[in-house]
Amino acid sequence: MNFKSDVLIVGAGGAGLTAALNAKESGVSVSVITKEYPTRSQTCMAQGGINAALGNAGEDSVESHIQNTLKSAHGEADEEAIRFMCSEAPSAVAWLDSIGVCFSRTKDAKIAQRTLGGASAPRACYAQDYTGLKILHTIYDRCMAEDIEILNERHLLDLLKDVSGAICGARVLNIRTGEIETHLASAVIIASGGYSRIYDKNSTNSTASTGDGIAVASRAGAKLIDMEFVQFHPTALKNSSILISESARGEGGYLLNSKGKRFTDELAPRDVVSRAINEEILKGENIFLDIRHLGEEFINEGLPQERKLAKLYENVDPVHELIPIKPVAHYTMGGIEVDHKSQTNISGLFACGECANHRVHGANRLGGNSLLEIVVFGKEAGMNAALFSKQKSETKVEESSYTFIDELQEYTNAIDFYEKREYVGDLLYKNVGIVRTKEELLLAQSEIKSLYEKLPLMGVKDKEKAYNTNLVEFIEFKNLLEISAVVIERALKREVSCGAHYIV
Amino acid sequence: MIKISIKKDNGFKDYEVELTGATLLEVLTYIKTKIDNTLAFSSGCRSSVCGSCSMRVNEREVLACSYKVQDGDRVEPLKNVELIRDLVVNMDKSYSFNAKAKAWLTTKTPVTLDHEDEKINEVQSDCILCGSCYSACPVYAVNGEFLGPFALTRVWKYVSDKREEGEETKINKIQTDGVWDCTLCNECTLVCPQNISSKADIEKLRMKSAQYGFMDPSFASFGGGFGSFDGSPSF
Repeated sequence: MNFKSDVLIVGAGGAGLTAALNAKESGVSVSVITKEYPTRSQTCMAQGGINAALGNAGEDSVESHIQNTLKSAHGEADEEAIRFMCSEAPSAVAWLDSIGVCFSRTKDAKIAQRTLGGASAPRACYAQDYTGLKILHTIYDRCMAEDIEILNERHLLDLLKDVSGAICGARVLNIRTGEIETHLASAVIIASGGYSRIYDKNSTNSTASTGDGIAVASRAGAKLIDMEFVQFHPTALKNSSILISESARGEGGYLLNSKGKRFTDELAPRDVVSRAINEEILKGENIFLDIRHLGEEFINEGLPQERKLAKLYENVDPVHELIPIKPVAHYTMGGIEVDHKSQTNISGLFACGECANHRVHGANRLGGNSLLEIVVFGKEAGMNAALFSKQKSETKVEESSYTFIDELQEYTNAIDFYEKREYVGDLLYKNVGIVRTKEELLLAQSEIKSLYEKLPLMGVKDKEKAYNTNLVEFIEFKNLLEISAVVIERALKREVSCGAHYIV
Repeated sequence: MIKISIKKDNGFKDYEVELTGATLLEVLTYIKTKIDNTLAFSSGCRSSVCGSCSMRVNEREVLACSYKVQDGDRVEPLKNVELIRDLVVNMDKSYSFNAKAKAWLTTKTPVTLDHEDEKINEVQSDCILCGSCYSACPVYAVNGEFLGPFALTRVWKYVSDKREEGEETKINKIQTDGVWDCTLCNECTLVCPQNISSKADIEKLRMKSAQYGFMDPSFASFGGGFGSFDGSPSF
């Protein structure tokens, strides 16, 4: 089956949908595909807020926002890109407000703001504990108002090129029918999210954050940069890796070891706290978050999600008990390299959101800057892809109907890939995690290489065409292995510690 | 050891798992990766915000990620919706009602909101579109064109928003297969994982509709109008 539009957007989270709205507004036809449904994207999990120097809750300036972001980036960011993002932030929030995002408000009728780690002022605009959810749903509603075509449950397989080598569409698996579809477009925007699930269950992310768009773009020749920078969040529930928000420490929570002793400054940057916890764990300690002293009333009012999740997943009630925690992968700074127009090194291919690297996070992302990035650069990507598509003349698609799925028919089931997926997650967590050594990285590198070679022995057991999640998860596993290899290679190349990449 | 029964292909299939105190999503993932690779279900965030893993257990709508499995549980897909495979249903139709009901903000002039205004539709904007309410709705079960609970809650979310300037258009949109079709049975409220009451939102939309001169067509058709407010026909 064939589809055609001027701009094809892969991914329907905050970045993809913002790009879609802006491309359509620029006067071109737009089609969005997502492997889930738009409102199920990773964006919905963002809690903290979206940064903009509005100064609603205390003195602030765009310049302070820029300086805080630069500092957190450890010299690995592009100052011009950061200046652009921070300067655009107030109008990005104004736009979200104008389309109906239910931001929390102050008593004097302003958008409420709070302080997140690394910020010199209360800068994060929030919507209770559901900032990402409410932003994503409102942008989605806007897409409905603008009649944007969104095709659900489509998995990106590969990008298509025309005879000149420019991107002209994508080959896609319709998960529901099992059919392969061709989506032609003059420009393609990848907005498919990050790759935290290379760490499998050692990640706070949705099971869908498998970096598919990054792997696919890389196979098409797109450059990936800063892939070694992975942010580990200090406090996820020990067994399930469910996030316990930073606000638990912000409000006065302690970190304790098995002896009940505090061992670090709880309010230091995420990478520093994660390393301190990791060090204790390596000594054989179990680590706990203690919020008992905050009191039941405060916990119910300020941290209701956290109480519910701790009870559900760890069988502990934080009002009376310690919460077992560990640091896990939370956000991936690296991604597809793009210029200031969100364009990759391949003609016709654009990227925005966590999968892209606009060089605004550098070696460590600041809380509240990821929701900002998806709105600011989602807009840029949408407008620039639309402009590009208008200028592009009709081209001829390179004839090839090959997909990885054809090859898959020959694969055997000698090895269970689910077992290997878990193994890879644990291996990367240990060897390519919070603290890295050259020896451990080399070991992980050879393991990933050997597993990749064994893929033909790890085929799909489910032979049904319709809604074959066994097949989808295998395709994701292959992408995860490809990305893991790049992360390790880049971590080996960077011999000096920097931000989230800590090597000893 | 617990035993659960899951809707699979054309019947139910029993699975035995060595997990205790686990959520249904953990059990399903265990089955999928260790026992039966062919089981189909949807999941995402694991923390009740993405709305992917809604399904029914013992004939009650739940999010698999926030339900603790009990021995003997019977797991089925949502009702009143096209089944794709096993526990996976096609949400496209229920999602389309948001567009049909024009559930978005129509505004041209900026309006400032205060803390009180924020509280007006805070709960309604917590909706995760999991679809549990459509599965539990007896009206939607017999009238597939009924706009349904989450779409009407979304309409109320925007109608109650002080920024909204297209209130009348929105109210006009929900008169047919809309607010008056609801029987106020409250099933949607009981199954909502976000504690939203679409029933209450529909009642508020009815009051708003009355302000624009609309009335319950079941009264109107009896010719009684507002003559007999106890609901008994006036003939």
